[in-house]
Amino acid sequence: MDLQLLVTIFPQVLLDGILLGFMYALIALGYTMVYGVLEFINFAHSEIFIVGAFVGVEILLGLKSAGLLEAIPWLPVLLLVLVAGMAASGLLAVSIERIAYRPLRHAPRLIPLISAIGVSFFLQDAIRLFESIWRNAFNLVYPTLDVLNRRYDLTSTIDIPLKSVVVIAAALLMLWALWALVNRTKIGTAIRAVAEDQAAASLMGINVNRIISLTFLIGGAMGGAAGVLFGVQYSLVNPYTGFIPGLKAFTAAVLGGIGNIPGAMVGGLVLGLLEAFAASYLSLLTGGAFGAEYKDIFAFSVLILILIFRPKGLLGEVVRERA
Amino acid sequence: MLALEDLEVYYGEIHALKRVSLEVRDREIVALLGNNGAGKTTTLKTVSGLLAPRRGRVSFEGRPLTGVAPHEIVARGIAHVPEGRRIFNRLTVRENLLMGAYLRADGGIAADLERVFALFPRLHERLTQVAGTLSGGEQQMLAIGRALMARPKVLLLDEPSMGLAPVLVEQIFETIAEVNRQGTTILLVEQNAAMALSIANRGYVLETGSVVLSGTAAALGENSEVRRAYLGE
Repeated sequence: MDLQLLVTIFPQVLLDGILLGFMYALIALGYTMVYGVLEFINFAHSEIFIVGAFVGVEILLGLKSAGLLEAIPWLPVLLLVLVAGMAASGLLAVSIERIAYRPLRHAPRLIPLISAIGVSFFLQDAIRLFESIWRNAFNLVYPTLDVLNRRYDLTSTIDIPLKSVVVIAAALLMLWALWALVNRTKIGTAIRAVAEDQAAASLMGINVNRIISLTFLIGGAMGGAAGVLFGVQYSLVNPYTGFIPGLKAFTAAVLGGIGNIPGAMVGGLVLGLLEAFAASYLSLLTGGAFGAEYKDIFAFSVLILILIFRPKGLLGEVVRERA
Repeated sequence: MLALEDLEVYYGEIHALKRVSLEVRDREIVALLGNNGAGKTTTLKTVSGLLAPRRGRVSFEGRPLTGVAPHEIVARGIAHVPEGRRIFNRLTVRENLLMGAYLRADGGIAADLERVFALFPRLHERLTQVAGTLSGGEQQMLAIGRALMARPKVLLLDEPSMGLAPVLVEQIFETIAEVNRQGTTILLVEQNAAMALSIANRGYVLETGSVVLSGTAAALGENSEVRRAYLGE
């Protein structure tokens, strides 16, 4: 076993894990917020996420073909793409709720779930159809902004590309903004009130349907932002790319305690780190018996273990009720 | 002020209210008495819009309330303290009270918080505590205080005495009378008929979904049927 190598790659693996973790955390928010309010798993959220990535790549490709990509400074470009991705995914999520979930609100629980799976497949192929007609291809590559690939030396052996710094900063900023919105504003308090008791919330004068729409808007927008950041970080997107990160983000939400916003972040980071360390260390530690391709098995085994001992998730709350 | 006319309410196939008519006048306390399952809670839920009547009308200040969404009914000036209190357990006491004032944008919210603290000093002591950790009596105070934060013209109270020690019940009823003296009209559902009649102006008795008796609180208190069935004689 090469101990020296283990130590050398540690910071790099840690960074990869954190990046992946924030990505999962941002996506997980969409699952967890909707679950918190409706106790419903929005299985179309993985496609809401990837729509953000596609809106991002379309804008970047559009700017590039207009020759503007190099002309405008990178920060406004990135902000534009982020805001557009967030708006598109947020509005898409709101529309999906209105069309496919709200009419089923009082149906048995399994019914909206099936509807969500249907929306998920529909969106995958709708994106594929659109891109096939529009670009004659549905595997798209994010145009590179040269500045974003510039690397900064942290120490003599570790460097970090600017894009990773941007991804982490953007994710932190959004997680903080969401936390402040939910915990420090009146509308955020209303979201928590609706999550706890819809009928009682309506007796306060809260328009419950509007709060539910708002929840989908915020969750969708976070997913859209994650989509853009995913594209910037990993470059390649296709209509089916959202599925696996979506599934893992859902796992992260459950791991952290579904319905719990800080839980989504913790769950995302734990899963991201587990996956990154498994990918790099499994083969080193087992002398090649288990390669990097076993990373998901390892990560999910840990997940199962955690859930056996903490079924409500790492930060899952035990709500004390009194008569 | 608040009028219910020939209300027919169903839960699925169960006929919960049968031609219920009653009236609450400005600044009155009206008590709604009856046994479990008589339809008292159903009546309040129909007024606040949580249930829709199959037939009949609810009107408030001359305008129909039937078919209006609960959050719009609150805006018209009716606040409902539901059965089982239904406070937000995961929110702090302060957040619960501010949710009561959700629709208000006027500058009087701080003054009304003070008013609620004057009625229930305990809530002031517990302000930053999560509401789920309050005792039953404190939760009832919070539920009433939260409803008052909407500055309602009419307050609907569902079993404010439920599960409370006798001393606390007395205290809560004194406060209800005080709230009424400050100008709020009250429709009160209560199992504790003696307590309810002691502060009410008028009352109605419900039995299996129908109004079987009505009158002034004094007259009901002397009615032999009421005394036998609800006052334990």
